[in-house]
Parts: sequence; C-alpha cells; structure tokens
Amino acid sequence: MTVAETAQRIAAGEVTATAIVDGMLARIADVDRELGAYLAVDADGARAAAAAIDKRRAANERLPPLAGVPIALKDVLVTRGLATTAASKILDGWIPPYDATCVEKLRAAGAIVLGKVNCDEFAMGSSTENSAFKKTKNPWDHTRVPGGSSGGSSAAVAANLCSASLGTDTGGSIRQPAAFCGVVGLKPTYGRVSRWGVVAFASSLDQVGPLTRTVHDAALVLEAIAGFDPKDSTSLDAPVPKYTDALVGDVSGLRIGLPKEYFEGSIDDDVRAALQKTIDVLRDRGAQLVEITLPHTHLALAAYYIVAPAEASSNLARYDGIRYGNAVQAQDLLALYMKSRGAGFGPEVKRRIMLGTYALRSGYYDAYYKKAQQVRALIKRDFDEAFERVDAILTPTTPTTAFAFGAKSNPLDMYLADVFTLSCNLAGLPGISVPCALSPAKLPVGAQVLGKPLDEATVLRVAHVIESLVGIAQQ
Amino acid sequence: MTLDRKEVEEIALLARLHLEPAEIERMQSELAAILEHFGTLAAVNTADVAPMTHAVPLELRLRDDEPAPSLPQAEAVRGAPVTADGFFIVPAIIPETS
Repeated sequence: MTVAETAQRIAAGEVTATAIVDGMLARIADVDRELGAYLAVDADGARAAAAAIDKRRAANERLPPLAGVPIALKDVLVTRGLATTAASKILDGWIPPYDATCVEKLRAAGAIVLGKVNCDEFAMGSSTENSAFKKTKNPWDHTRVPGGSSGGSSAAVAANLCSASLGTDTGGSIRQPAAFCGVVGLKPTYGRVSRWGVVAFASSLDQVGPLTRTVHDAALVLEAIAGFDPKDSTSLDAPVPKYTDALVGDVSGLRIGLPKEYFEGSIDDDVRAALQKTIDVLRDRGAQLVEITLPHTHLALAAYYIVAPAEASSNLARYDGIRYGNAVQAQDLLALYMKSRGAGFGPEVKRRIMLGTYALRSGYYDAYYKKAQQVRALIKRDFDEAFERVDAILTPTTPTTAFAFGAKSNPLDMYLADVFTLSCNLAGLPGISVPCALSPAKLPVGAQVLGKPLDEATVLRVAHVIESLVGIAQQ
Repeated sequence: MTLDRKEVEEIALLARLHLEPAEIERMQSELAAILEHFGTLAAVNTADVAPMTHAVPLELRLRDDEPAPSLPQAEAVRGAPVTADGFFIVPAIIPETS
C-alpha cells in the first residue's frame, strides 16, 4: 500500500493503524533477516504510536495527514530514546536525547517510526557496503547492492518493509539507491528540510528527503518534513506549497533540458535506451525537449571530492571519545583521541577524513578547497544559465543499473557511481529519481529530474508523468 | 604516484587518527590516486570567480539573546564514555606536582 492509501484507509476506519503496524512488523521479521535493511526495529514504540492513533480515530478526532503511516529512518537521523549509529562503530550503542526536526515533524503528522535502517558509515558511500554492521541486499537481485548511502531506506521501501522512508543526500545518496531499487527518491533544495538532528557529513551539501513507492507519496512526505526551522541556520524561510497540487498528470508546454555532457559520457546501453524511451514519451505528452550544455560537468567529481571530505573532516572532529560515542581509554589526551578514532571509524571514513585534512591544511587551502569552491560557483552558473531556457532538466540518475557486491573495490570507481548526481548538490538544486524502466536483466533504471531552487513542484510534476507512462510494475 | 609515508603520518596526526602500518601503506597509494584526479581542477581559470560557500543566498541569522530551556546536564553527558558528577572525565593534561 502507498502512503496515500494507508493514511486514507486508516482515516476512513477501514483498517486500524495497529493492524498496519503489526502487518509490517511481521513482514520485517519474515523478510529482513535475509534482506538486511533494518539496523533496529522499534516494535514497542511503533505499536504504542499505532494504538494512540487508533484511540484518536475512535474518539472521532481529526487525524493528521500521515496518521498511522509506518516509516523507516536512515540511521543518520537522531531519534530520542532509539539508538542512532550512523552505521559506525564509534556511535554503536549511543541513545540520542532528542529527535531530529524532520523526525519530530513526521511524528506530528501522525507517521509511525518503525525503526532505523542501514546506510554507508556516516553516509559515505554508494553501495551501503561501508556499513560497519551489515550488508543490505537489493530486493530485485540479492547478489547486487541496493545503492547508497541510503541503501537501507531504498531496500526497505522496495521490499515493502515500510510505507516510506527518509534518507539523506549529500552527493546522490537518496537518488542513486532509489534508482537501484526501483523507487522514487527526492532530494529537496538545500535548506528546504531542516538539518537539525541529522548526523553531519558535509554541511553545505547535506539534505534530507523521502524515498517512496510513488511520486505522489514523495510529495506527501515532503509536505510533512519541509519548512523553516530556527534551529538550522541554513534553513530556508519560504512557505511550503501543497506539492500534491503540482501532480496534474501533464507536461505540455514545459521545456525540459537534456544536458549533452550527461548523455555523451559512458552510460550502459540499457540505461541509455530507457532514457530515450522516457524522452520520447515526454515529447509525445507535449513537453518541449531541448539540448542544453552544462560545460563544467566534468569537474563536478573533483570539486565534490574536495568539498565533501573537507567538510567531513571538520564535522567528524566531534567524535573524540570524550563527549559521546565510543572510546579507547589511554594515558594521555592525544592518545585517547587517536586511538578512539582509529578504532571507531571504518576505511572509507578514514580515507575521507585524511583527504579533507590534506585539502584544508595550512598552505594547501587555495589549491584545493578554495579552488573547488570556485569551480562549484562555475557549476552553479551553468545551471543558472540553463534554467533561463528550460523549466527542468532530465538525465539518467546513474550510468549503470545496480552493480554486484564487491564490484567497486577501487575508491575512485565507487565515486564515479555518483557522477550524474553530484552537481545537483554542489548547486543546491532539487532533484528526483523516478523509475523509468526495467532493464532486460530485470533491474530498475532511474531517470533524474532536476529543477530550479525551491521548484520541487515542477520536479514532482515531471516525475509524476514519467512514472505514470513508463513506470515499472510495483514489486 | 604515491605519497610518502611521513606525509601520510603527518596528516593522520593533524586528523587525530591512529592508523595501523598497513593502513598507512594503503593510504599512500589511494590518496595519491584521488589527489591526482583533483589535478583536473588546476587547469580551470577561476581568476575572477568568487568561491561559493553556500548553495543558496543566506544572511547570517541571529536569535534573540534570551535564555530558553535546554538539555538538562544529566542528559547531555549521558552518552559520554566516562563521567563523574555530571562532568566529562578526560586524562590529566597537566602533570601532577607533588
């Protein structure tokens, strides 16, 4: 059942929230031992929240929009009283004393937190293989990765182990796993959703967003979590539109840009064919498809892998073995820091801390971080110029379909899995991945739609048409 | 290309990150390969480009300077590895004198 159906049927009294939650918990118990999406299931908390919704319904109270909808949270979103690990040993066992703003907003909207789902450690990765705790399998093919870093979020939605989930996206971490698992994944405009209570990776890029089975559901969940938050200094003070109103089922008159740099590069034949079909369908439906150029695209990977690790190296300085998280005790303070961090972080996190420290160290700042921020400005300028001519931009979400476990053992090869999604974060734009085809090997292909800042409505509108016309059968 | 061992050790110290000898060796080649890729940026002319620090235009916001409820001390230190009387415990940083 979709988010919309679940909320509707509970509100109409056709089914209880308790029945929905019990059904979901039973399915998790049945399926997730093999799949590995969840790190923690809060059965008691979910049942109590469901009982409270049912009580309100019995008292004829007006229910909030997501009442009774079971949701899974990526384990980088802090949850009061529920362990939050960021899939890292350094936070194993940590119980946060507060809820992230997006979690608070979901609860206020009546949603029920089922539990915390797996991801790459500190959201650093593209396959969820960097989790310190477990492997998450792709529900379409258990020999393949679910994508990452929000791989538990995408797998849980695809396998129907929740109605929707939240992920975070710093360089594609919502859109890429959504593409790999055949679900919808939306990264909102930077600042649209509060980052308060999100375990920080790269503060100028991080954004929270929904993973869902339909575009309509993504719109519903975004409505619930978006909005100004005084606790996040980069939160945008802009009204939250009713995003579901944008889903008019029509793209006629819209100008959609096809950036030639994205289509010239190395793309699997299956992905290329799926995108061509999507383009044809949008044209048939009255959209005007225009070739555009984003000339600095080839620099995005290098700029991103300077900016993101630099910010990460600074953000992760907080894990010092003293204030929270795990420690290796030592005789002196320096040894305590070094041993705690050496034992607590996994290989990819260490690599990025090292890269970031290299780029920020005295004497190297101009050559690396400053240069990357200048290139970032050029990438943003490319988009600004393109959006003077078009309303939205269409690209593949990823160059390939889901790859096998262990296929990307070289770090740079893994980084290239995000080559189409990074620019969107650097420029702060909204972007969505929507399933557009099943490959001959029965693996989902995702189409990415990018929009102007704060124009999630158009992004959702285009994705909605793609989904309805070339969408893949729900599993 | 590889980074020399001493440079990797220096960066690890700056990052307060203990690395095992095998990790240092791996970093020497892995970091070098990634840094080499960063070289693509050096050729870009950015002479007149202001560095972009934020994706969206933002003005620094200040809250009113008024006290508001916060986490109680006991809750704030509850996640720490070692505490005493509501304080974090760290190894002595000043040598004891007799």
